Amino acid sequence: MTSREKILAAVQANQPDLTALPDLSGFDGQAFGSLAQFAEVLTAVGGKIFHVANYAAIIKIILAQYGSGVRIVTQLEELKKLTRDNLESLSQIHDLHDVEVAIIAARFGVAENGAVWITEEEMQHRVVPFIAQHLAVIIHEDAIVPTMHQAYDRIANTTYNFGTFIAGPSKTADIEQSLVIGAHGPRSMTVFVLKNS
Amino acid sequence: MIKQAGKDHAELADDFNRDEDRVNWHDETLWFIREKRDKAAHKIPEWESLREAASQIKNNVLSNLNNYLLQFEKNAVANGIEVHWAADAAEHNAIVHRLINEANVVRMVKSKSMLTEECGLNEYLAKHGIEVIDSDLGERIVQLAEEPPSHIVLPCIHKKKEEIGEIFHKHLGIDAGISDPQFLTEAARQHLREIFLTRKVALTGVNFAVAETGEFVVCTNEGNADMGAHLADVHIASMGIEKLIPERKHLGVFLRLLTRSATGQPITTYSSHFKKPRAGKKMHIILVDNGRTVQLGRQDFRNSLKCIRCAACMNTCPVYRRSGGHSYHTAIAGPIGSILAPNLDMKQYADLPFASTLCGSCSNVCPVKIDIHEQLYKWRQVLVKEGYVPAAKKAAMQVMAGTLSSPTLYKLAGKAGRFTIKYAPFAVSNSLNPWFKQRDMPAAPKQSFGEWYKQNRD
Repeated sequence: MTSREKILAAVQANQPDLTALPDLSGFDGQAFGSLAQFAEVLTAVGGKIFHVANYAAIIKIILAQYGSGVRIVTQLEELKKLTRDNLESLSQIHDLHDVEVAIIAARFGVAENGAVWITEEEMQHRVVPFIAQHLAVIIHEDAIVPTMHQAYDRIANTTYNFGTFIAGPSKTADIEQSLVIGAHGPRSMTVFVLKNS
Repeated sequence: MIKQAGKDHAELADDFNRDEDRVNWHDETLWFIREKRDKAAHKIPEWESLREAASQIKNNVLSNLNNYLLQFEKNAVANGIEVHWAADAAEHNAIVHRLINEANVVRMVKSKSMLTEECGLNEYLAKHGIEVIDSDLGERIVQLAEEPPSHIVLPCIHKKKEEIGEIFHKHLGIDAGISDPQFLTEAARQHLREIFLTRKVALTGVNFAVAETGEFVVCTNEGNADMGAHLADVHIASMGIEKLIPERKHLGVFLRLLTRSATGQPITTYSSHFKKPRAGKKMHIILVDNGRTVQLGRQDFRNSLKCIRCAACMNTCPVYRRSGGHSYHTAIAGPIGSILAPNLDMKQYADLPFASTLCGSCSNVCPVKIDIHEQLYKWRQVLVKEGYVPAAKKAAMQVMAGTLSSPTLYKLAGKAGRFTIKYAPFAVSNSLNPWFKQRDMPAAPKQSFGEWYKQNRD
């Protein structure tokens, strides 16, 4: 008997009688959902938020914050002038070790926890939003769902190989519960909320 | 983890209690986290409904686990993930070792996985010449200190920043005498970045695995699991079989509860969903039993398998907060650990279900509604019946039972106790009386409640 067979047989023999799954339709998220709440929670978890009218405004803020001398990566056509990298043709992901800023489009944000959902498609390489010293994310102002229940409703009809919710900069409180921003991932997270044109 | 020099919970708690300032700090800090959990929970009007939903989902998982395991295996394989099955810790460790060998390397980076602590993976691999570096900051600190984690979410909560500075001075070459958490974290960031960039095999734990889609979710605040996994050629994910959930939409329930219960944050910084390996790279998942199917068969204890490892029960526990995680001499400390450990070895962990006041606070904060304190009480009965409780405790309990069941003896014992504390306090307030350790005996009342009631009944 293989371990697989042994485990499955033991589970089958020992598991209790079938019980029903709960109905989750009551979690309709009406208590949440606004962009204002998203901004408030994101700020509370250490993120920054900018409401912008267009990509030109984003470029201006990025250049003001980081200058033009640092390595910036982005896949976004509208921001191409900020980067000298072509992520699609990058052969060795370890070469990303000195990226200062990564700018990525997110699919949507979640009001209750300030998280944004990003998949491998927007990242190009999975390590990008983690290895950069600073992360900037762009979402559209109407792409805010109230809670994680609506977040998964929204994800349900999409496909991805890898996806992640990111809520703020990398952090730790492992030393005496003192909050330190910038553990292993980005030292800051900026969310640009793009107005509908 | 082996019991330190054969000491039990009470003896190890004694060791921890020698430094009163540290115990007070530990107690207050964990209570502060419990308060943050309360604040976060109270912001969610449907919190109790969420706990109930989570509990029902987990009950369903346990009642249909064989189908979910098969469904998960099928979908994960279709996604390009290689699935392995390990009946026990030894088999889990051997699989990891084989995968490292197949990658032709001798070094691995690992993010937090309590399962690998349970399996003694690091020690096993060290014996076979494989270097493992833990990348969670707290875990790295205890690893350098050659200690096990003392808390499943905050591995080095028992350490002071000055001690951590000393450890980093010795191992990472920083100047002596530094204790600023910001500086120490930056030192670890630089040190571990180099590790992430050079390791070809990365192991992570698993918070949730979804039967419906064959994906698994790993939650961290530091980003260490992602840094390790996305830069390595081989990603190994180790999970207990109870970590499965039926459908992706159920993640909505658990991700809302997990971090609010753990630290009071609305969600971890990163909640990463691994569905397929990167192009040309390998992803493995090891499904581990190691006693879980036995626990599943114990009707009174099976729902301990619903645990999502948030540690809320530890942060709230008056015994854990004042005895420290190491006093539990098992990978998972605290109330939940005390009902999981005896399943693995009743003899070695017979002391743990007694390391509780049965106050029930653990059950009240548990996000999946495990009846933790009731299970602790039930384990005590099993352990006494099976003969794993020391004769002295059993004898003392029998004297107590005799006294409490006889009104005459009860009154007499009360009088004797009040007399002794009043006129001969040295007879109890000495090192021979375990109740006096780290405590002052209370002032004795003049009369018993019974006597008072007789006088005042009219």
